[in-house]
Amino acid sequence: MTDTSHILLPEGSIEKQTTTLNLGPTHPATHGVFQNILEMDGERILKATSTVGYIHRAFEKIAERRPLYQITPLTDRLNYCSSPLNNMGWHLTCEKLLGVKIPKRVDYLRIIIMELARISDHLICNSIVGVDSGAYTGFLYVMQFRELIYEIYEEVCGSRLTTNIGRIGGFERNFTNTAFEKLEKFLDPKKGYPAQLKEFENLFNRNRIFMDRTIGCGAIAADRALNYGFTGPNLRAAGVDYDVRVHTPYSSYEEFDFTIPVGKTGDCYDRFLVRNEEMWQSLSIINQAYKKVKEFKGAEAEVFHADSPAYYLPEKKDVYTKMEALIYHFKIVMGETEMPVGEVYSSIEAGNGELGFYLISDGGRTPYRLHFRRPCFIYYQAYPELIKGGMLSDAIITMSSLNLIAGELDA
Amino acid sequence: MSISNETIKASLIEKFGEQLTDWQEPYGMLTFTAPKDMNLKVLQFLFDDEILRFRFLTDLQAVHYPNNTGAELAVVYHLHNLQDNIRIRLKVFTDIQQPDVFSATALYQSANFMERETYDFYGVNFTGHPNLIRILNVDEMDYFPMRKEFPLEDQTRVDKDDEMFGR
Repeated sequence: MTDTSHILLPEGSIEKQTTTLNLGPTHPATHGVFQNILEMDGERILKATSTVGYIHRAFEKIAERRPLYQITPLTDRLNYCSSPLNNMGWHLTCEKLLGVKIPKRVDYLRIIIMELARISDHLICNSIVGVDSGAYTGFLYVMQFRELIYEIYEEVCGSRLTTNIGRIGGFERNFTNTAFEKLEKFLDPKKGYPAQLKEFENLFNRNRIFMDRTIGCGAIAADRALNYGFTGPNLRAAGVDYDVRVHTPYSSYEEFDFTIPVGKTGDCYDRFLVRNEEMWQSLSIINQAYKKVKEFKGAEAEVFHADSPAYYLPEKKDVYTKMEALIYHFKIVMGETEMPVGEVYSSIEAGNGELGFYLISDGGRTPYRLHFRRPCFIYYQAYPELIKGGMLSDAIITMSSLNLIAGELDA
Repeated sequence: MSISNETIKASLIEKFGEQLTDWQEPYGMLTFTAPKDMNLKVLQFLFDDEILRFRFLTDLQAVHYPNNTGAELAVVYHLHNLQDNIRIRLKVFTDIQQPDVFSATALYQSANFMERETYDFYGVNFTGHPNLIRILNVDEMDYFPMRKEFPLEDQTRVDKDDEMFGR
């Protein structure tokens, strides 16, 4: 013990043995707007208090004044790393409420887009885990393929990040040949994403430094994860094989052959491996769906939306030439389409887990109540428990491997 | 053994009798209402029962019905039985003057943030919650913004003067 009697300190300060540290809200390593007030003993975290809500944008309130098709852009901004998934989840909810029947080809096209979105979500998450543990290279390896995925979105809907892709009943236009060419380029086993993902795995999976950094860091047991409401890759990494695509199939997922990877310990390393394996499974699903899409011949190969004129926004050239299309266009755009009375809960497997939409309609033109079940928001409450007792640098990796997206957290 | 909506309903009626009301099945999901002082008993029964096993709280939120005098706020629980893959929806109605509902945090850790969010937007006072403070809105806010008496901003209002963008 060194003698500290000669150091003049303000009264009371010597009693406090711990340091209070603010991690966030605008810290480059948190990749989003989160605040955590940490009580530190040296490098060890004794206690964490999370504050959220910095980018709350009142989506649920706004949605109560908007017709259904205007809510799609709101869903873009939930998990903005995979907006098409959110868009599709919303369209599926509306279609469930309105009773719109979707043709098979649209289902397959949707699956292609949804799995591309899942890949773009997982590749960001996994490469950011690499960046946060000091391996920048992997991030640059996969980034060009995220660009390619965004180019495919661009071909289909015209935008890249906040896609607003599709409509109630299908897509706004058929996939162009360029879209399919880009998809083939992406799927190409030699030069496409599979080769790059293999290389990415070679960099990380058995890398001693990476394994030492991530194994045992931010671990959670399966029963705790369930109690905390975990879903998606984070729950599967803890060893529970719950996947909405299999449990409650939507968009004809039941016709596809894929496996659900599960981890064992629920730590950062398992989450990383589960996400990597899910990308392989997504690639296989896309290949199967693309094969099925190519099997459509003749008029069937041109189908890209449901035959549901009351809810599907008609093509512009029809609006100018056909009476019915003009009427429905006007009614839909002006938000004068009435919904059936009902309450519906519909969920999809989004990048982070079960993204649910609870929609109550009182027969009006806008939802009476809309609630988003945001997976991020629900599992973020486990974060203080996950990082307690660990090092500060482990807290950073845990945060990125949970794939916390501020937009989804705060709605 | 797989369970169906009928078996769930039968075992709930056997346990609680007439107290559970308003049985519906919108879009296939069994929905019912419990009295507000019974919500924890029902949740606990659904959690503990060896056949029902509703041990995953999918979602929790509130709905405001201003015309439903005496029971303006509804708290809605979505529960999921992961083994048998079946979902149910439980509703609890409460008076807006005294919106006290028992907290489910002792049963589900996940209810913590969800109840805070519900309190934040609807003012439902969850009795027994360890840390019932605002979560997404600012702490200084003195009203509950998702209630129906707060409409979205009127686009024609004139009291707001913005030289750059106009109103």
